[in-house]
Amino acid sequence: MKTPTKLIALIVTLLACAFLLIPIIQSVQAGLTVNYFRGLSSGLTLKWVGEVWELYSGSIFLSIRLALACLAVTLILGVPAAYALARNPGRASRVLEEFTSLPLAIPGLALALALLQLYGTYQGFRTNWSFILVGHVLYTLPFMVRSVLSVLATIDLRSLEEGAASLGARPARRFVDIVVPNALPGILAGALTVVTLSIGEFNLTWMLHTPYLKTLPVGLADSYASMRLEVASAYTLVFFVMIVPLLMAMQWASARAQRNMQ
Amino acid sequence: MTQRHFVMLCLVPLAIFTLAFLALPLARLIMASSESDAGWGIYLQILQTPRYLSTLVQTVAVSLAVTAAALVISTTAGLFLVRNRFTGRNALLSILTLPLAFPGVVVGFMIILLGGRQGLVNQIVPGHLVFAYSVFGLFLGYLYFSIPRVLLTVMAAAEKIDPALEEAARTLGARPHRIILDVLLPALAPALAAAGAIAFATAMGAFGTAFTLATDIDVLPMVIYTEFTLSAKIAMASALSVTLGLVTWIMLLMARSISGQTVAAGG
Repeated sequence: MKTPTKLIALIVTLLACAFLLIPIIQSVQAGLTVNYFRGLSSGLTLKWVGEVWELYSGSIFLSIRLALACLAVTLILGVPAAYALARNPGRASRVLEEFTSLPLAIPGLALALALLQLYGTYQGFRTNWSFILVGHVLYTLPFMVRSVLSVLATIDLRSLEEGAASLGARPARRFVDIVVPNALPGILAGALTVVTLSIGEFNLTWMLHTPYLKTLPVGLADSYASMRLEVASAYTLVFFVMIVPLLMAMQWASARAQRNMQ
Repeated sequence: MTQRHFVMLCLVPLAIFTLAFLALPLARLIMASSESDAGWGIYLQILQTPRYLSTLVQTVAVSLAVTAAALVISTTAGLFLVRNRFTGRNALLSILTLPLAFPGVVVGFMIILLGGRQGLVNQIVPGHLVFAYSVFGLFLGYLYFSIPRVLLTVMAAAEKIDPALEEAARTLGARPHRIILDVLLPALAPALAAAGAIAFATAMGAFGTAFTLATDIDVLPMVIYTEFTLSAKIAMASALSVTLGLVTWIMLLMARSISGQTVAAGG
């Protein structure tokens, strides 16, 4: 490409970067300055971050706990299922995979309304954190299944398993000793995706949460509506500090899993 | 236990979970939409009630505008980043994919920081330019989370285009803009269609961003939310949810059949 076209493309790229990055910088800055409206000259402080910790540390821990529980459930449900789908690549498997992937396509709000209408009257369940967990698992499970399935699909599982079977390994043993180690890059990529998405999930959680069960993003919405800009920014900063390393690890793991497949 | 039995057993936990927490709730949602006096005619009512119809039109209009803008910006940036290697390229790429992990509410807050009462634009430009809570603010918010999604789809496709094609066009004397129009864009067309469908579906269903910004704007997710929580019009909220879900599902099904990609409709 010659210079003028290239220059326009460069400018568009830089403008897009500026559009995405500037508010992020603003929120980091606002979360760390004494008075955002007076600017940096009012001095830097960790006061707002401290205030966020006092107000919202419960939300932050709830989100971490939810993400880990969500990871455990998606591993238990997703990894064996991906194996079964890889061993039986028939029409029935396609239909089941397609159906479990629906939460990727249907907005979380609609899924939450569906869950609320069926289970909302069971008070013990409705007010328990496992109700939110169900929503998170629903949303993240397809990512785990697909991530593992895409790695398993490139491996000749049948020959590997036949080899092990001829040496006397039973199906469960073969799953643990052959399938899981071979699927590890996919499991890792899937796990990081599940944790990242669970910590940031808002659309379902907002509908499913109760006043006593506020997750990190629910707390964020709360702070945007009712706290001063500095506190809201400091909270967003805390969220960035958690989510950005996860996102980078997730992108690294996905790229690695894809490289292994080639 | 035979191999066959074991493989079937592996599917059981997923099947039970999906039945209990996806299939049955969705069936309940569809049934609930028919439980008002209007029965199944409620879907006709959506089109006959001016408020719902204008909401539908406005949501589609904003989503289409965002799709178009994201396609133009992300295709330009994506092609540039695929075709050029330079220092800082990876940094630019990281910035452009960063919002992928942001929930919709955070995206909304980003727009408030740009165009709210205490926002950047209002500080630089005198005269109280506050646009965060207008349709334009909503458009910017949707654009914020659409750029990375479209960018990744376009870049994945652009990397597969044979550079020899461009090379050949250049040797034959084609000007840069003709190479883009005649070589690159046709080769990218399936990816652009898929990315467009993804962007459109995501914008249609975006709740978090609308929740922060669209306090005075009627977009479908917000109307569903207020009908359900404030007006307690459960049947109408369900019917609108079913409609919205069908639209986004069909769009993403189309996207996947074109490009074979998986993308989530968060935001």
